[in-house]
Amino acid sequence: MSTTIFKKPNGLTDRKLHYCPGCGHGIVHRLIAECIDEMGETENTVILAPVGCAVFIPNYFVYDSIHCAHGRAPASATGVKRVHPDKTVITYQGDGDLASIGMAEIVHAAARGEKFTTIFINNGIYGMTGGQMAPTTLPGMKATTAQNGRDVHVNGNPIRISELLSSLDGPAYIERVAVDSPAHVIKTKAAIKKALQYQKEGLGFSLVEVVSNCPTNWGMSAVKAMEFVKDKMIPYYPLGVYKDIKEGK
Amino acid sequence: MGKTFRISCSGFGGQGVMALGKLIVYAGMDEGKEVSWVPSYGPEMRGGTANCSVIVSDEPIASPVVDSNIGVNVVMNLPSFHKFVPKTAKDGVVFVNSSIISEKVNIPGVKAYYIPVNDIANELGNPRMVNIIMLGAIIEVLKIVEVDSIFKPGGAFEHVFGASKAKLIPANKIAMEKGAEAARKCM
Amino acid sequence: MAKVLMKGNEATGKAAILAGCKFFAGYPITPQNEVPEYLSRELPLAGGTFIQAESEVAAINMLYGAGGAGARCMTSSSSPGIALKQEGIGYCVFGEVPCVINSVSRGGPALGTIQPSQQDYNQATRGGANGDYHIPVLAPASIQEAVDAIKEAFEIADFYRTPVMVLQDGLIGQMMEPVDFDKPVKKREIPPKSEWALGYGKGNPHLIEGIVIDAPACEQKNLRFFKEKYAVIEANEVKYEEYMMDDAEYAFVAYGSSSRICKTAINTLREKGVKIGLIRPKTLWPFPQVPFQNKNIKLFIDVEMNMGQMVPDVALACNDKNKVKFFGRCGGMIPSPEEVVAAAEKIIGGAE
Repeated sequence: MSTTIFKKPNGLTDRKLHYCPGCGHGIVHRLIAECIDEMGETENTVILAPVGCAVFIPNYFVYDSIHCAHGRAPASATGVKRVHPDKTVITYQGDGDLASIGMAEIVHAAARGEKFTTIFINNGIYGMTGGQMAPTTLPGMKATTAQNGRDVHVNGNPIRISELLSSLDGPAYIERVAVDSPAHVIKTKAAIKKALQYQKEGLGFSLVEVVSNCPTNWGMSAVKAMEFVKDKMIPYYPLGVYKDIKEGK
Repeated sequence: MGKTFRISCSGFGGQGVMALGKLIVYAGMDEGKEVSWVPSYGPEMRGGTANCSVIVSDEPIASPVVDSNIGVNVVMNLPSFHKFVPKTAKDGVVFVNSSIISEKVNIPGVKAYYIPVNDIANELGNPRMVNIIMLGAIIEVLKIVEVDSIFKPGGAFEHVFGASKAKLIPANKIAMEKGAEAARKCM
Repeated sequence: MAKVLMKGNEATGKAAILAGCKFFAGYPITPQNEVPEYLSRELPLAGGTFIQAESEVAAINMLYGAGGAGARCMTSSSSPGIALKQEGIGYCVFGEVPCVINSVSRGGPALGTIQPSQQDYNQATRGGANGDYHIPVLAPASIQEAVDAIKEAFEIADFYRTPVMVLQDGLIGQMMEPVDFDKPVKKREIPPKSEWALGYGKGNPHLIEGIVIDAPACEQKNLRFFKEKYAVIEANEVKYEEYMMDDAEYAFVAYGSSSRICKTAINTLREKGVKIGLIRPKTLWPFPQVPFQNKNIKLFIDVEMNMGQMVPDVALACNDKNKVKFFGRCGGMIPSPEEVVAAAEKIIGGAE
């Protein structure tokens, strides 16, 4: 007799991920599917895809899904959730999508306290289009549109989304996590689970900011990219719970 | 050919020219006539001049805009007098608020009625009734609609001002009669 | 039911509710503000959701989600606002999301003026989103027609799974006319939305598609739309009115508010012995073709509140650009019937 000790979550399809080796997206996809499975929501979930590397997430989940216009997933999720308040609704967005072109939509969905969950992947770069500067690119970090490194006097400063959104009254739960180590991955899963549970309880908007990597566009090996997350990204984007209405925070 | 009244009501905000037009169209619709009401809108409405186009007809209404060939030209203030009186149709009628407009209409073939609506309203103790007084004059001269269509229960007055304002109907009836009386003096 | 007197914008809102609209998102802009104001009050009472969106862009993308989730949904705006919505309309086209876009035109470009205009003919019929596509555009000329158009727009949207635009202007939006809300419109057999909409897949995923990265597949999807949607819509959804065309030698071509001005002008011209009528497209896309085959017509006089945006469509329809003349005012100016009469006399005089 064999015992199953590890299996693919029911929420993931058999499609092979198109992401680059070492990319954090695959980890986060799996964590979402595990949480949804555990909550018994696999057939009751709608996921909204961004523009960016994760545009193809409809290929990877068995959930109903929609390819959103760049940055507009929070608006479209508002439409979906208001029509189907009983569904678990997730937007999955990168930093260019959420913090640049879609800043208005995320701020207002959060302010309205829309009862969906946003998984925000912050890897400080535009991946899909080939390494351009993102709103979260660190000062000094190189990008194809900031080739000598981001100069804050020229390019402006990075935006800390969790801090910014936690100033609003609409969000129920906001946490920043990372996927650079097994311990952080476990914490990431707990945060995603909590965010989804807050949604199910109808408490308001929830967001998990995942500090992730981009080995390809950062020009690093997978291992070096994870070290960069630990050494450079997390100090600029401190991990932790920024909003939790159950804890009075 | 049936009869068509092409009416323009103009004045400044607060004189009730929009409501004046609305009272006519509600009453006209109630009497089974074809009606339309087109307001001016936008920034000029906020404290500036206001006007509306009203058509009451026995036939379907083609263009609802009354900005030329005005058959019934109601002008409640001087800027409106200058803007709209020159657009009166050659057999048109002008109703002038003579309390605040001292100028006279001088167009051959055009009949003008000078109704001192502010003075009458002040005599009645309610300066806000200027539009009802003017309406009384218009109906008296042109019989566009019946007075009863304005004031009957569920009639134009209640539609325009709300059923809760029905208690004001007796006072408004008096105002309307005063307007009619003023018009008769001009006839 | 007896007719009621109502402002065009409010009647539009009421018509949407009667048509089963359950979701509205919009952003304030003159001259259509009575639409969201009315719906903010009335739609929740009818079991629907009203959202004042943070932007025009957000509003149309809310429809992309709500319509994608199977709800009858509408947004409303005016010219510069519709310009902002174009990208989202393209997504609704490609994702086959039914929705209704109410457009109450004002003078442009840019903020232009808030006065009524028809300067958005190209914006409505050609669209501003990327890609090859058409959306049905209904052009009412009265409040009754606006109400009927809104109701039918929801039917067309659901039947073909497409955005549908109702193109009004500030005049129709702001005026009051008697309207009968019980007048029936053509109903269509609409398959259950649970067959495709978000929230009904239950593990057999439903996808609202915005990207088809494989070019041959993307082409096939485009071609399917042209064959299964646009050709069918062109065959089945064309609407127009002919007014005094039986003995006409000349024809005004006008839609919406300008068509009403033309009717007044026709009455004057007929009294003067000019045999002129009106061809009034009630759908701007698909554009009527049949009435323009009339060989008795010496000249088609296109009258619009713009600088002639419909002229190419008229020329294509009658297949003789030399027969198409134009008169119009733009920038929020409404031509008077007298101006139209004078223009027609000049054009016809030049022809004879």
